[in-house]
Amino acid sequence: MSKVTIGKAINAGLRRAMERDPKIVIMGEDIGKLGGVFRVTENLQKDFGEDRIIDTPLAESGIVGTAIGMALRGYRPIVEIQFDGFVYPAFSQITCQVAKMHARSLGKIKLPMVIRIPVGGGIGAVEHHSESNEAYFAHTAGLRVVACSNAEDAYWMIQQAVESDDPIIFYEPKRRYHEKGEVDLTATSAPRPLFGANIALVGEHLTLAAYGPMVKVCLDAAAAAAAEGKSIEVIDLRSLSPLDLDAVATSVNKTGRLVVTHEASTFLGMGAEIAAAIQQRCFYSLESPVIRVGGYNLPYPPSRLEEEFLPDLDRVLDGVDRALAY
Amino acid sequence: MSDKEVAMPPEGVDAAAVAALVAPVAEIIGGAEFVQLLTPEGERVDHPEYSQYVADLSDEDLRGFYRDQVLIRRFDAEATALQRQGELGLWASLLGQEAAQVGSGRALRPQDYAFPTYREHGVAWCRGVNPLNLLGMFRGVNHGGWDPNENNFHLYTVVIGAQTLHAVGYAMGIQHDHAVGTGDPDRDTAVIAYFGDGASAQGDVNESFVYAASTNAPVVFFCQNNQWAISQPVERQSRIPIYQRARGFGFPGVRVDGNDVLAVYAVTKAALNSARSGQGPMLIEAFTYRMGAHTTSDDPTKYRISAEVEVWKLRDPIARLKAYLTSSLKADPAFFDDVETEADALAGRVRAGCLAMPDPEPMSMFDNIYVEQHPLIDAERAGFAAYSASFEGEH
Repeated sequence: MSKVTIGKAINAGLRRAMERDPKIVIMGEDIGKLGGVFRVTENLQKDFGEDRIIDTPLAESGIVGTAIGMALRGYRPIVEIQFDGFVYPAFSQITCQVAKMHARSLGKIKLPMVIRIPVGGGIGAVEHHSESNEAYFAHTAGLRVVACSNAEDAYWMIQQAVESDDPIIFYEPKRRYHEKGEVDLTATSAPRPLFGANIALVGEHLTLAAYGPMVKVCLDAAAAAAAEGKSIEVIDLRSLSPLDLDAVATSVNKTGRLVVTHEASTFLGMGAEIAAAIQQRCFYSLESPVIRVGGYNLPYPPSRLEEEFLPDLDRVLDGVDRALAY
Repeated sequence: MSDKEVAMPPEGVDAAAVAALVAPVAEIIGGAEFVQLLTPEGERVDHPEYSQYVADLSDEDLRGFYRDQVLIRRFDAEATALQRQGELGLWASLLGQEAAQVGSGRALRPQDYAFPTYREHGVAWCRGVNPLNLLGMFRGVNHGGWDPNENNFHLYTVVIGAQTLHAVGYAMGIQHDHAVGTGDPDRDTAVIAYFGDGASAQGDVNESFVYAASTNAPVVFFCQNNQWAISQPVERQSRIPIYQRARGFGFPGVRVDGNDVLAVYAVTKAALNSARSGQGPMLIEAFTYRMGAHTTSDDPTKYRISAEVEVWKLRDPIARLKAYLTSSLKADPAFFDDVETEADALAGRVRAGCLAMPDPEPMSMFDNIYVEQHPLIDAERAGFAAYSASFEGEH
């Protein structure tokens, strides 16, 4: 086992995938010599060459659009979008072209692409660098959407995503790039499937569901709640499309209570979908309404206010208390 | 533009209106960079740079160009009729653009790849796509009913300009495959990206120029400037002639008479050769005219005068080739009769095939959304099946 950061874990996963499959290319802005603004692709160009680690012009629709063409020619492109807020120029290519090509071709064309997006706030950034836009893509049929929360998942999920024949939006928790975790870099198979949730902490009284950067917040909240005698089960959803509702329902049938958390605004967010699905599936098990704890329904605020905007440990515990009050 | 055309507006057309229309167009068409090998009257003229690219065309090739254009025009007319009769939901006619499409389509080699808009019926024909398959999306039975890799002809793209980026990416893949600049005519490969004057305003088209230039990708950008983007004239899209934009992106641009199949063939062949040999991208502006409506849902009488259409009828791509084939004794009346007969037969087959085209099975809408299993799709498919089954036995 090695102790590596999430950023390094993704780097190691990319490296391993590229060693296995010569058809993999990585495309993005500043990913070569610089290694990406978060250094996730550090040294890859040095080792795999400029043909496979492609520094693109500064135009996101162009990155995704040309990656589609590369995939049509038989390559497996991994696209890096530099920041979450910069994916919007590529929105049409992703939602109209990437998502629909397989169906439009009646199954003749596959687009095995991974679109990596550093996501979320908490880094004191200027506008457009702290967005959580997963609901747009999870809403789009034809795309798969996953979000890693820790180093081990980061290492394995990127490799599994590259191996999928479907296009995948791959969210990386940017404020946690530097957080370390144990990863067995010598293991030969992934510890769990890509599209399933993981019970990050077993508990009895309430289920806390999260993904990406919020998983750690929820684990911290569960630890704080445990000190008060509340036993909380934390589910790391990992995949947002498909959504592992079976895992959530199983947990809620046991605990009777569900709090869903995410950085994104709650209105029509992942929490809304999960709440709707769980009240259908677990109606007779629920002891309280499903509570959502998320970003307010505002444009992401100036960074001096982001601590107020983002759900933190106290806001999550507040949601937990509201659910337990029933 | 010849003097003869200006002097002889068609019967019933206001001469002053025609003159006002013709003057600016004549200036363009007379320009030094306007490549023409066949005048509107069917007179063969030489071009210092491009004549060589048609030198090896046989009489049979030339008759083939004629046949292609007549057949695809007949197909197009049949599709328009099918729409009028309610058999298609929509049709985007290529009327007037036959030479631009056949000339460029015939310049492609088998290994080349074409990325069309939704109007490239003539290119599809040249690539060997079954014309019936082009009707599927317009009839509403699919979103694109052919295997792109069978004929190296990508699916129609409805989002304006989006395909130009796919074309460049595909060309980048060709570079990665070392299938460019090897000197092996069967290996070296180029891509052709079709788009229109309207699309020239799109961000994706301009980004595709940037990417192609940056990577020196083997791609030919083929703009059919048919003068109209639905109701908007080309001047709304571009302040300079479209082909001149290429210079700003760092690659050559050329304007060709889009209604002259020989010139289009020559210019496209030259550009493809250049791309295959590793010389990078080129932009071709095929100066043509959308003789019909944008689609069957459009009404051009709202925004353009009929005199303009009449003027362009004099530059018809098929008529001029017929005049040339006739005057040069490369084809006899029997040939033209045979092509007409063949066109009618094609139209009959297309009509019958369209009418016989089954509606898709309702369950099929859940197919091919993902390559791999997806639980939500599975659950909804099962739910839909159960719901549908609940009506069994009812009338």
